[in-house]
Amino acid sequence: MATDNRGLDNQSQELFGQTPSQTVGPFFHYGLPWKGGADLVGQSGMGARPDLFPPEHCVLNVAPPHARPEGEVIEITGRVIDGEGQPVPDAMVEIWQANAAGRYASPDDVRSDVPLDPGFIGFGRAATGADGVYRFRTIRPGRVPGAGNVLQAPHIAVSVFGRGLLKRLATRLYFAGGEGNEEDPVLALVPAERRATLLAEPQALGAWRFDIVLQGDGETVFFDL
Amino acid sequence: MSLVIPYAREDAGQPPSLYPDYRSTVLRSPRQPLVHIPPTLTEVTGPAGCWDRLMGDALADLTAQHRAPPQGQRIVVSGRVLDETARPVPDTVIEIWQANAAGRYIHSKDDWDAPLDPNFTGAGRVVTDGEGRYRFVTVRPGAYPWGNHHNAWRPAHIHLSLLGPGFATRLVTQLYFPDDPLIEIDPIANAVPMPYRQRLVVRFDIDTTVPNWALGYLFDIVLRGRQATPMEDDHGH
Ligand SMILES: [Fe+3]
Repeated sequence: MATDNRGLDNQSQELFGQTPSQTVGPFFHYGLPWKGGADLVGQSGMGARPDLFPPEHCVLNVAPPHARPEGEVIEITGRVIDGEGQPVPDAMVEIWQANAAGRYASPDDVRSDVPLDPGFIGFGRAATGADGVYRFRTIRPGRVPGAGNVLQAPHIAVSVFGRGLLKRLATRLYFAGGEGNEEDPVLALVPAERRATLLAEPQALGAWRFDIVLQGDGETVFFDL
Repeated sequence: MSLVIPYAREDAGQPPSLYPDYRSTVLRSPRQPLVHIPPTLTEVTGPAGCWDRLMGDALADLTAQHRAPPQGQRIVVSGRVLDETARPVPDTVIEIWQANAAGRYIHSKDDWDAPLDPNFTGAGRVVTDGEGRYRFVTVRPGAYPWGNHHNAWRPAHIHLSLLGPGFATRLVTQLYFPDDPLIEIDPIANAVPMPYRQRLVVRFDIDTTVPNWALGYLFDIVLRGRQATPMEDDHGH
């Protein structure tokens, strides 16, 4: 006879443990991506999808002002693509990165010899458009230390959410031709033939292309953290 | 050199990426194995403590965002954000979004024929206090149909999003209500293996219930915890 666990709930001590992940679903746009959330440099409305809900329901989308950060301004665009090569119009992409000097704006980065930048947090959030395209404006990150006391190559941590994604997918964006890619300890763990999926490709000056393939040909490498 | 304290890996209660009963996972879940990487500063840091610089003010009462109160059963949802060793996670932001009492989202792509409520958006955000406690006020969302399979209905649920202390602790989840018969026939809830699915079911609590005002529910959120021993960066790999 099957055990009936239906009497258990969130407060049952015997169930205590990690809260399970669930999909963001298709209707997150009025609750998560805020105006300016994808612009880590300026004050634009990048990142939100105000076309998907009435303006009077724009209750959360306020990007507080911040100073202009140090460093080289870059733009990152890409398409999120499914297992049939179709664009994913209801994905959400988040980035987390160090500032231009290679310091994270986090209490858990305790290195006082690398400067913080009062104008830069390094967290961004964007929703894809109908064409599956997302876009960020940010600065090119500096290098941060990794395992083995080797400097990691400049990189940006990326999370992907969406309808059909029961769990966040975690990956990294590196810059094609970027300094240190050859000796980066994380890239070294990725099978050589799949490393290119983690390399953003240069477009026009300061513009980089980073497609995220959820499944199939050229599937992006996702990490188990 | 810096210290990196790794976070625990996912436990047995996490859903798989591919769960064919939830049809949208079939073309959107990776087929290649995930690549395990040792934690670096990148994974153990996050925008902890600067959510307000990112997002603006907290908004803990979803029933007070428009001219009049919304339709539906007013409820209070309260609880703590903890790590796996039951230590509180203070000053962390929880983002909230949900359908209205009739099960309808204000989203323009939600074409279900249930009434919109001009007095309800269904979006908010709260921050935990020093003991990891949070509390928000809303209305109980309705169930709604979806196209996953014949006669598919989502159980009433509230979507929650947490940053936690680091990139590794990022979590998006949904909470469900007790005694909802739709939970056990819902592919999204059932992607979480039993008994862990029940971690997503709130508990009615008379002490959280406010007399003559709102029903109260408890929901604790547990993020991946830090392992006991710090790992020095230069341990090699
Ligand atoms: Fe929903």
